[in-house]
Amino acid sequence: MREPDNIQEMKQVLEAALLTAGMPLSLDDLLRLFAGKMERTTLRMLLDELKQDWADQTLDLVQVATGYRFQAKAQYSEFIARLNPERQPKYSRAVMETLAIIAYRQPVTRGDIEQIRGVAVNPNVIRQLQEREWIDVVGQREVPGRPSLYATTKYFLDDLNLRSLAELPPFEEFTQSEIPLSE
Amino acid sequence: MIESPIHAKINGETLNALPQDLYIPPDALEVYLETFEGPLDLLLYLIRKHNLDILDIPMAQLTVQYMGYVEKMKVIKLELAADYLLMSAMLIEIKSRMLLPKPTEVAEEDDPRAELVRRLMEYEAIKLAAQRLDAMPMVGAEIQVASAYFQHISQVKPPEVGLDDLLEAWKNVLKRAKLNQHHQLGRAELSVREHMSQILRRLSAEKMVEFSALFDLDDAGIPKLVVHFLAILELAKEGLVRITQQAAFSPIYLQLQTGEPE
Repeated sequence: MREPDNIQEMKQVLEAALLTAGMPLSLDDLLRLFAGKMERTTLRMLLDELKQDWADQTLDLVQVATGYRFQAKAQYSEFIARLNPERQPKYSRAVMETLAIIAYRQPVTRGDIEQIRGVAVNPNVIRQLQEREWIDVVGQREVPGRPSLYATTKYFLDDLNLRSLAELPPFEEFTQSEIPLSE
Repeated sequence: MIESPIHAKINGETLNALPQDLYIPPDALEVYLETFEGPLDLLLYLIRKHNLDILDIPMAQLTVQYMGYVEKMKVIKLELAADYLLMSAMLIEIKSRMLLPKPTEVAEEDDPRAELVRRLMEYEAIKLAAQRLDAMPMVGAEIQVASAYFQHISQVKPPEVGLDDLLEAWKNVLKRAKLNQHHQLGRAELSVREHMSQILRRLSAEKMVEFSALFDLDDAGIPKLVVHFLAILELAKEGLVRITQQAAFSPIYLQLQTGEPE
């Protein structure tokens, strides 16, 4: 089979694959495009160049948790959104607070979540997050009842345009500085 | 707490204190309950609303206000109240511990409010984090992922077929066709119920009919005979006919079931 023999053609192969994949492609996925005849470092360099090539176009090549993907530049977002006038329903506060606890305090059990929020966890809340594939069970805590430990998934990071949990806003931003208790 | 004298008239009544912000008409409480995510959320609301120092909470004041809420809550939505009642117990415990005479040397960590403050601050941080997450651009809302259409063509090559292969296959088909015989299966529109009625009609006219006389062998095909027989069984099952036989191999007679079974 023919192999691309110049940079331009290699970038075109990458571009076509990324545009049609419909999901992020990892470095390993992209290496398969070249049947093992590509170095990882070269691949990274090509991706960087491709990113530059698209800089003044309509799409951004971004890296998220599960790999690389093209997405519309933010300035077109509001126009594209008009194609789907039915906005995605917002998650309830209970869902978002549970998600925040799992994201920042993972892995956590249902009991941990209840301790922080001060109310019982509605199983429906956990189910909604699992159905969205934003959280999953990563193990059991070795205490009586062996409660499930929940953590966020890579798809959660993908959907928030993040590469890793470290890119979440730092938790300290949300906490007040400690002031000693007065008498 | 604001203590300044106020002169205002509401519904003809002089108001000399700020209205308690906490007063919520009972009808509206249900709506309020929905907006609070639990006792910590309610406490935070009370603290923030009154500009209380979260790190120096006036326990007596807060507890009274909190209990006011919970009382109303118990009336309207009992199932919600359990978590809130637990918090009441905690508040009252803290309050009473603070009333106890303190030893002269009080370590900071011994403040009975410390645990509550820690939990309130942690909850508040999570609440803010949740709001931030909610505001972040997300795929499916603010982020549109590119997905150019591409017809993925199967890379598996179809096997090649020559004329000889085709001939061989055709011969095999013919060979097998000889082994097979077609049976025409038609759907016979025969109703057992209909035959049951026929038999009943005949029995009521002729009182007693010999079993084999019920079958019209000249006219009916096999399907009809089968249905007819099924109809007889059905009638017997439903207790509508009596089937009798004097001795083995002697003729079988059918008659209508009349009155009480013997």
